[in-house]
Amino acid sequence: MHSSGISTGEAVLDAFNITKKFGELTALDGVTIRLKPGSIHALLGENGAGKSTLVKCIMGYYNPDEGQILVDGKEQSINQPKDAAALGIGMVYQHFTVINNMTVLENIVLARPALPSFIDWKKEAEVVSKKMQTMPFQFELDKQVSSLSAGEKQKLEIIKQLMLNIRVLILDEPTSVLTPNEADEILQEVKKLSQNNGLAVLIITHKFREVMGFADTVTVLRKGAFVGSQTVAETNPEILSEMMMGEGLDLPPLERDATQVNSNQAKLSLKNLSILDNDGLIAVDDLSLQIYPGEIVGIAGVSGNGQSELTAGLGGQRALKNGVIEVDGQTFSPVRRDLQKHRYFVLPEEPLKNACVGNMSVADNMALRNFDLAPNSWFNSFLNFSAIKRESKKLITAFNVKTPGPDEVISNLSGGNVQRAVLARELSQQVNVLVIANPCFGLDFKAVSDIRNLIMEARNEGAAVLLISEDLDEVLQLSDRFYVMSKGKVVLESKPNDVDLTEIGKAMAGHMEAAA
Amino acid sequence: MSETDIGVWGVLIAVLGGAIRVGTPFLFVSLGECLTEKSGRVNLGLEGNLVMGAMSAYAISYYTGSPWLGVLGAGCSGLILGLIHGLLCQNPKVNHIAVGIALMIFGTGLAFFLGKPFIQPTAPHLPAVSLGFWSDSPVLRAALEINALFFVGLALVPAIYFMLKNTKWGLMIRVVGESADAARALGYRIQLIRLLTTMAGGFLAAIGGAYLSLYYPGSWNEGLSSGQGLMAVALVIFARWNPIYCLYASLLFGAAAALGPALQAVGISWGYYLFNAAPYFLTLMIMIMTSSAKQNLAGMPGEFTR
Repeated sequence: MHSSGISTGEAVLDAFNITKKFGELTALDGVTIRLKPGSIHALLGENGAGKSTLVKCIMGYYNPDEGQILVDGKEQSINQPKDAAALGIGMVYQHFTVINNMTVLENIVLARPALPSFIDWKKEAEVVSKKMQTMPFQFELDKQVSSLSAGEKQKLEIIKQLMLNIRVLILDEPTSVLTPNEADEILQEVKKLSQNNGLAVLIITHKFREVMGFADTVTVLRKGAFVGSQTVAETNPEILSEMMMGEGLDLPPLERDATQVNSNQAKLSLKNLSILDNDGLIAVDDLSLQIYPGEIVGIAGVSGNGQSELTAGLGGQRALKNGVIEVDGQTFSPVRRDLQKHRYFVLPEEPLKNACVGNMSVADNMALRNFDLAPNSWFNSFLNFSAIKRESKKLITAFNVKTPGPDEVISNLSGGNVQRAVLARELSQQVNVLVIANPCFGLDFKAVSDIRNLIMEARNEGAAVLLISEDLDEVLQLSDRFYVMSKGKVVLESKPNDVDLTEIGKAMAGHMEAAA
Repeated sequence: MSETDIGVWGVLIAVLGGAIRVGTPFLFVSLGECLTEKSGRVNLGLEGNLVMGAMSAYAISYYTGSPWLGVLGAGCSGLILGLIHGLLCQNPKVNHIAVGIALMIFGTGLAFFLGKPFIQPTAPHLPAVSLGFWSDSPVLRAALEINALFFVGLALVPAIYFMLKNTKWGLMIRVVGESADAARALGYRIQLIRLLTTMAGGFLAAIGGAYLSLYYPGSWNEGLSSGQGLMAVALVIFARWNPIYCLYASLLFGAAAALGPALQAVGISWGYYLFNAAPYFLTLMIMIMTSSAKQNLAGMPGEFTR
């Protein structure tokens, strides 16, 4: 009777008028989507638009405050992920849920809702490999998952769900860690599956390219509200981006000063760097590059190819196994004295975790670089708290950090504002060298635009900037020239103007030997 | 045969027998800890379980006259301590290491308090199996006098290995220990699984304690445990979270501990205390050799690396 008045058509899943509140905040406000068998539906929106909340309501992680979920036109109460699985709804999460220390077979078997008490692995292997022959991706069953690439893990996540005979497949940002080629391959196969088997697919994404290339219909959310739903055939990226961002959002364009590299002296020079990962294996392999003043050098690549180890090594968070870092021709080691002397600044990825003390205030966090210098301290020994607070207030205004005040605990700030606060700290003085990793990951358009402008400003003022990013578009937008990193080596050097996307994709996937 | 020949053989056999005799409590505690850690939780309180188990077993054996009832009672005391640990750790932001240390102190303290009346009386011991009947050498016979609990422990090794690898429950425990995210996506009740493995681990550790008071050294007093419960935690790391390696590691620790008495038995008395420190030294060496500031240990449950 709740469903009276809703025409369900041939939809397999309807989420009707879903509202979800967290305290004061309305994360989702009367959103409706409808998934049909044999078609791919894209859910588009910025971070914080409510995409994940909606999906979590469907999967039973959250109980919506209002609205109904209908499967085959019948209202269902889904209270936990198990209930969703029982209804034939499967989801692939943004972060891998495959287990590295287990084999492919174990990972596939454990996804089953009802496991037998005793597991006969030989028999399971036969059953699984027989069924896998009908599927788009093939695996060696006894392979350890930790040895798979990111793309293979994503395929395994999908296979895991397909093995459960699902009718609805939800993919949450399925391509965020993949090369463009891998992403295309996987989405192509998903599309085929959907067309041939009548699978209903919901893809959460913020990439227009994927919406235009693979989806049949698209729903746009903004700030928790439903903006519109369209067939992809009658829309285009301009319409979608307007729907996503709303009107009146006027972002300043990036202003890149004319190239001014006129120095023969590299500002930052990495010579034969090798760095080990947590398992003691080579993560950065004999890497050398130079960055000149007033230049942004990008490093693109799929995550897990040594980028985080490189950032940690350059930021002093991980020991170098081999090699030398030079700043202005002098040997540099990332200790406090050298960092201050060379005005060398680092913005690591996930700054709340890697560059902040979460329980300390915004003011204290902003002073981490210079609390022992005047005016923040007397005689470089005794902290001057009023000065620290005063300085931080200046930075909060200058960098537009949204915080209740300098005394607020920094972990209470939103991701974009933590990023702004850390950038404020790193860019508050004259910058000589700047190393940044994934600066815009998970931020909204406004924050992304602000942060990219700040980085560009540092470059325009003559700093050498190393930008390590998994977002290829970001690298192409910001860099003066860039490298592709694969398996710990830089394998391709290119400039954003003359990029060849196929070449880059090949290099990212590791199908290219080190450039001579 | 010359004098020295007997001496060398004697030491070897005594060390082998000692490995089993001294290693048995290590085996139970490490199997228990291995099970708990496989689910992604560390119980440092097993030393408390061990001492509490030793006291309970001795007291129950004394009152009922049945050492096996004592073992069961010890196990139950371990279940309760494990239950407390598991329940406390279910609260958000409670640190399992801190809870473990608190329970270690609580368990030993409670055992000393309740165990005062049992220091004097003698309780019936657990039976042993004589595997040395074929020999007429008293050294050999003494060394091959093996307690029934060791065989129980020996049987538990493949049983736990099989359980972890080939049963639904084992797979669930491993998933919870490797990735809480994955477990949540599969709808497993993470806290419940960890509670149960902590209780089972506590049960086994307390049986290790029962062995101490009811067989070797075979009495109840406050100096009964020499830190076996804590060393077993290090031993699990050494054993790479594998029950079969737990057996080997326990025997190695037992052998190290038996070295001093064995040498003394053949008349080498110098360095007695030095040799007695061998297991502690071994623990330290193992921790130094297996630790690294730079990399994760192979086999470590994924939940410990985040």
